Amino acid sequence: MRYLPLSQEDRQVMLDTIGVEHFGQMLQAIPASLRNPEIRIPESLSEHEIRDLLGGLAKKNLNSKDHKSYLGAGAYEHYIPSVVQMVLMRNEFYTAYTPYQAEASQGSLQAIFEYQSMICELTGMDAANGSHYDGSTAVAEAVLLSLSKTRRRKVLIARSLNPEYKRVIQTYLSESNLAYAEIPFDANGALDREQLKQLLTDEIACVVVATPNFLGLEEDLTNMASWVHEKGALFILVSNPLALGYFKTPAEWGADIACGEGQPLGIPPSLGGPWLGYFATTRALVRQIPGRLVGLTKDTMGNRAFCLTLQAREQHIRRERAASNICTNQALCAIAACAYLSCLGKEGLKEVAALNMDRAWYFRDEIIKLPGVKLITKGPIFNEFTVQLPKSVSAVNQALLSHGIMGGFDLETVYPELTNTTVLCATEVKTKADIDFFLECLKAVLS
Amino acid sequence: MITKPLTGLMTKDELIFERSKAGKKGISFPKERIFSKPLAARIPDLYQRKQTTALPEISEPEIVRHFVNLSRKNFSIDTHFYPLGSCTMKYNPKINEEIARLDGFAWIHPFQTPETIQGALQVLFELQEMLCEITGMDAFSLQPAAGAHGELCGMMLVRAYYHQRQDFKRTKVIVPDSSHGTNPASAALCGFEVVTTPSGPDGRVDLIALEKAMDDHTACLMLTNPNTLGLFEKDILQITRLAHQKGILLYYDGANLNPLLGIVRPGDMGFDIVHLNLHKTFSTPHGGGGPGAGPVGVKKSLIPFLPVPAIKKKNSVFELDSNQPHSIGKVRSFFGNFGVLLRAYVYIRTIGSDGLTQISRDAILNANYLRRRLEKLLEIPYNDYCMHEFVATVRQYKSKGLHASDFGKRMLDFGIHAPTVHFPLVVEDALMIEPTETESKEVLDQLVEVFEIMVKEANDDPESLKKAPYTMPIRRPDEVQAARKPILSWRDYSQDLKRPSSPDMPSTG
Repeated sequence: MRYLPLSQEDRQVMLDTIGVEHFGQMLQAIPASLRNPEIRIPESLSEHEIRDLLGGLAKKNLNSKDHKSYLGAGAYEHYIPSVVQMVLMRNEFYTAYTPYQAEASQGSLQAIFEYQSMICELTGMDAANGSHYDGSTAVAEAVLLSLSKTRRRKVLIARSLNPEYKRVIQTYLSESNLAYAEIPFDANGALDREQLKQLLTDEIACVVVATPNFLGLEEDLTNMASWVHEKGALFILVSNPLALGYFKTPAEWGADIACGEGQPLGIPPSLGGPWLGYFATTRALVRQIPGRLVGLTKDTMGNRAFCLTLQAREQHIRRERAASNICTNQALCAIAACAYLSCLGKEGLKEVAALNMDRAWYFRDEIIKLPGVKLITKGPIFNEFTVQLPKSVSAVNQALLSHGIMGGFDLETVYPELTNTTVLCATEVKTKADIDFFLECLKAVLS
Repeated sequence: MITKPLTGLMTKDELIFERSKAGKKGISFPKERIFSKPLAARIPDLYQRKQTTALPEISEPEIVRHFVNLSRKNFSIDTHFYPLGSCTMKYNPKINEEIARLDGFAWIHPFQTPETIQGALQVLFELQEMLCEITGMDAFSLQPAAGAHGELCGMMLVRAYYHQRQDFKRTKVIVPDSSHGTNPASAALCGFEVVTTPSGPDGRVDLIALEKAMDDHTACLMLTNPNTLGLFEKDILQITRLAHQKGILLYYDGANLNPLLGIVRPGDMGFDIVHLNLHKTFSTPHGGGGPGAGPVGVKKSLIPFLPVPAIKKKNSVFELDSNQPHSIGKVRSFFGNFGVLLRAYVYIRTIGSDGLTQISRDAILNANYLRRRLEKLLEIPYNDYCMHEFVATVRQYKSKGLHASDFGKRMLDFGIHAPTVHFPLVVEDALMIEPTETESKEVLDQLVEVFEIMVKEANDDPESLKKAPYTMPIRRPDEVQAARKPILSWRDYSQDLKRPSSPDMPSTG
């Protein structure tokens, strides 16, 4: 076994040092009836065989490098600079442990501090943590924070929030006498502001809204924060971080917590993970933030130093009284996002956001010229939008596959009234020719 | 500004924001613009961002140097030995990394239809099956993203199980005082009342105290076996029988599974629910604190409650089944940390049925060898044959003002990561040592030599230990100041620097 450095001779010498005749003597605490179970898994493979086996399995998946994909709906295909890969491949980052020993972890700690700083810049919020598992769990933890902060038991969630996130929130809240209600959206896919006002009572712990929402529409959140705050609730906003290059920040909309999916920041889709939950709050909530926080301080010589801080919130100190049970998070993904945002910089962020709009807006403007295609999301969008087709989305997508194209997400599967409706995405990796080819194929499929 | 020479190969520790200069960029974009006019102007004013973003403006070579130099200020398993108890810092195979980066795995979307991701679903399905075999469980969900997340999922399963039986009185979860902090935190997060039971004089579960704590309000007993002292719970069969007689479910915290591969299975011990840390036993990288994966396995009676979707195989086609009426729902989006699951799959296929047991045997051998050699230097309170780890104490040096963390810090100067210190809580000034199977005898011998030096220092010059480490990029950080006045971002820091009197602020030399 090539991962085991002990030689047969080492093993014998070590057994002698321990003072046992044979290895089994060290296992005397294990009941004999349980020992040596039969484990029916395949035999070992050489690296060459593994490479062939897994290479073959990888080929059984349609990937978006070989097949043009217009799937968005919470996971996005963006170009990832080589620099980001290089950073992730640094052994000192990816094979390091959680930075409890600050002196031996300044690299990870500083990179996470820089990541936290960049999330603050993107969202406009005061403080960000070192990451969550993904967008869905970040939003669920934000909801839990609002419950403990307000000591209330009801939450209001936009129906147009990513359905995966809604399902996770429901799971986190299930069976604990907590009431979950949804704020509907109107015919354009926009949050129903009047309904929100009616549903908002002083029993509500938080209001969770996504912008752009799951249909791709940017929401008008004017005055919403003050309505929410008047009732003593927390306002939780979920955004696509890249859209924040041009669109109003959660801080500008008056959010108490900004959270969501950081996958667009230099992380491949990888069938849903590992991704990156980002989580940022106002100054007032800093001591309630779940998960790891890196702080800047000085060492005993007065030099700048970084360390995990406010650990009194955490499980390894507080056990059952902790703010959250989080231990491992997604540190390496946070470092990837940090490297990606370093590549973009202030201007690159705007440029990539503009390129996404350039592709998606053209796509939207052209697709609605096709007969029978109706635009649902009438309003500002970032890189995706929703249309109704004259045929079922699954049938259309099946036909598009034969042209080597993966179509959009079928919204009818999560919003039954949205028959034949799909949310389509085009990011900066698409060219005009790609989009024109899609339109040509769709036209053929629809006719 | 450089104010003093640098040590060794270290570089000036600038923040990336401090390297920023207006107009620089580390990325290039295609020239094609479909619209001739800038679109930003077409966003209605009401939606437009007005705040500026102080993201650093910096060129590609500077970015690379920044991150490579940062990485050099880290310990990592590829550069250093981590005898870090309960964390199983083993080698992370390189082929796993290569496979996870194949386009057919990295560039697939979770909303793709099952027929377009058959290869990935096969990996997940077979991983579930192999984990069932290794642990003796009947089904697995791969969705939880980390160990603590698996625990939370497990606690939700416990709740759903009793509620479905209309049993609402079971509101308590028992954890031993030696348990990982995540156990009580996860149980509490799920709304359970946590009852802590003491360990017996031999460091194992005290059967009498445990029996007393169990009543008809107890939902679950959470155990780590081997426990955090590295000792196998020899009464495990009595414990699980006792719990089951009282209608209590048993939860297995798989953080310490590494010594059990092919040797004994939690399912056979009688556990109903297990979580595994794939980033420990199954070799996936810790990533400086994630991403990990915390799959949860259950016995038959709990299968209906597992998260959706279930991954099934029908006529050699892999399918997703979300139609599980009793399921707790989803604890995370989609399939969990697929890339991590994939690495664990590659690891298990690499070691295979024929390699599994040797992994655990060497982990146990390494731990016992170190224990035997260190018992001459340090007090080992529960000095029995251990499994993958053991706990020593330096409480005898308390009178000299020394604590476990001082020894841990000093080890850094010798190029060895600190053990887990001050845990488990049942041993005062604990040093919890887990060498793993991927360290050579020579490396273990070096650890013993380092302890010989440290024990001498503790006796002759305790003050020197209190100030260690001396050779790291920083000396001990002021954690009190960090918590009292948190500086959590570049914005906090730059505002702080602008204040006229900022005596607390560090120099940037």
